[in-house]
Amino acid sequence: MAQITEICWHGRAGQGAKTAALMLAEAGLKEGKYIQGFPEYGPEREGAPIRAYTRMSTQPIRRHCQVTSPAAVVVLDDSLLDVVDVTAGLLDKGFILVNTTKSSEEIGKKVGWKKSQVYAVNATGISLDILKRNLPNMPMLGALVAATQLIKLDTLMDSIKKKFEKKFGSQIVEGNIKAIKKAYEEVESQ
Amino acid sequence: MEKVMAFTGDEIAAEAMRQINPDVLAAYPITPQTETVQKFSEFVAEGRVSTDMIRVESEHSAMSACVGAAAAGARAMTATSANGLALMWEIIYIAASYRLPIVMPVVNRALSGPINIHCDHSDSMGARDSGWIQLYSENCQEVYDNLIQALPIGEDRNVLLPVMVCFDGFIISHGTEGVAVLEDKVARNFIGEFKNIHSLLDIDNPVTYGPLDLFDYYFEHKRQQVEAMEKAPEVVKKVGKQFGELTGRFYGLLEDYHLQDADLVVIAAGSTAGTVKATVDELREEGVRAGLLKIRTFRPFPQKEIIQKLSKAKAVAVMDRSASFGAIGGPIFLEVRSALFEEQKKPLVISYIYGLGGRDTGINQIKQVYHDLAKAAQSGKVSQLVNYLGVRE
Repeated sequence: MAQITEICWHGRAGQGAKTAALMLAEAGLKEGKYIQGFPEYGPEREGAPIRAYTRMSTQPIRRHCQVTSPAAVVVLDDSLLDVVDVTAGLLDKGFILVNTTKSSEEIGKKVGWKKSQVYAVNATGISLDILKRNLPNMPMLGALVAATQLIKLDTLMDSIKKKFEKKFGSQIVEGNIKAIKKAYEEVESQ
Repeated sequence: MEKVMAFTGDEIAAEAMRQINPDVLAAYPITPQTETVQKFSEFVAEGRVSTDMIRVESEHSAMSACVGAAAAGARAMTATSANGLALMWEIIYIAASYRLPIVMPVVNRALSGPINIHCDHSDSMGARDSGWIQLYSENCQEVYDNLIQALPIGEDRNVLLPVMVCFDGFIISHGTEGVAVLEDKVARNFIGEFKNIHSLLDIDNPVTYGPLDLFDYYFEHKRQQVEAMEKAPEVVKKVGKQFGELTGRFYGLLEDYHLQDADLVVIAAGSTAGTVKATVDELREEGVRAGLLKIRTFRPFPQKEIIQKLSKAKAVAVMDRSASFGAIGGPIFLEVRSALFEEQKKPLVISYIYGLGGRDTGINQIKQVYHDLAKAAQSGKVSQLVNYLGVRE
């Protein structure tokens, strides 16, 4: 049976968890993979914890249920670690990526996950630095691609350019690309 | 010829509607249908369609505007969900009885109350006696394929009935998948032109729509409506075959998955049919003879085909994403069980109500259903006729 890679995104509404989950799926499609990207909406208000999921496979994906055993968990806001059991169902060999100013040791200790499978990225810092706004989803996409090598970084950047250039202009898109690269390099060096 | 691109269910519904380019679109926003009409309104603003878009103040008016436009001879569309469909109620019966082939995406959502924006089929299942054809879609690809096929089905001279293309709220409407899309001119050629042969605006051949029709002719008109629905299955199959010849994706009234030698069969409609397929894959690896029978058309109900498809099954679970209060089991279950009544040799049939208000239904739960079926098949007895999958009792 074909393996499906499943990723769970945790964020607060407004941080772009859904956009990131769908964007990753779209980029996967560009590499000829079968994909799903979908959100799980609760109460629709800014700041509420939300989840979104990405599935990717070399075979058709038929299931339409929640992801319960992800290979990777991405947390866009480290305050969620106090309210959501982010490692629930995470595969033994799976890893967790957190947007935080803390170290991977500290995060590993907090969530009870092996240090070697925890990546701590200051995506908010990267975003504020480059985009002058707190939009952690794009750098976290770069971080995830670095950690999983699920798709090529170039494919991700191309998809983002194609999707957003018309809507937001090349300046904003270039900023996002820079932020993605920065986070990608940070994870690669960890 | 086709291009595979990423779309959510709502986006691909809008994309299909762009290709259809209806003369009139009258709609009112409701979650989770909103993005379909939002996206379509962008096409209107960009001049990519020539549709006359009517922003109405309610769904009752949306369907009324569609009825008026279609009676005048236009191709008319709208889209809705849940309470929006409920507010159209009066007019959906009228659309069907005037034999107006309006096509409407229904993004399935639970009816209030308590208020809930997530998926179940209580909205469209409630409309099952309204006289509309209902096509259920498993994924984003089927949303597209069903919408493109809905027009030649509904507009066929032997049918002339409105069509709901149903897909699951959020699960499909807000989920991105890869969808193969036809070139515009190929899609438009497949859909064809619509010519209302009884246009209200044809003053040389005057007709009337909706006059008083009492005990003298009302019954005959209803009988004709029944007749139109009885002719629909052949047209659904014909269009599904033509679509298959064009795209390689063939459609009928039902779809089966590992059914040929299956002892244990689950019947489902909508996105969960996909999850059942994934479950069947896992069970087959364990040596369980599991299969799926997917309902594509609930209206017209494919009785003959269901009997034939279930002829070898030992035990069958019918999964309904809606409750029918006071009835014995869900609506699909009731009709499947009734269809088998005359058969000498028939499987045991069990009802499962699942996923109300968007409650997630995963592979482990569906495995439990197959497990129950195996027990029933072995003992020859159904221990619990109506079951509620994944509810806290």
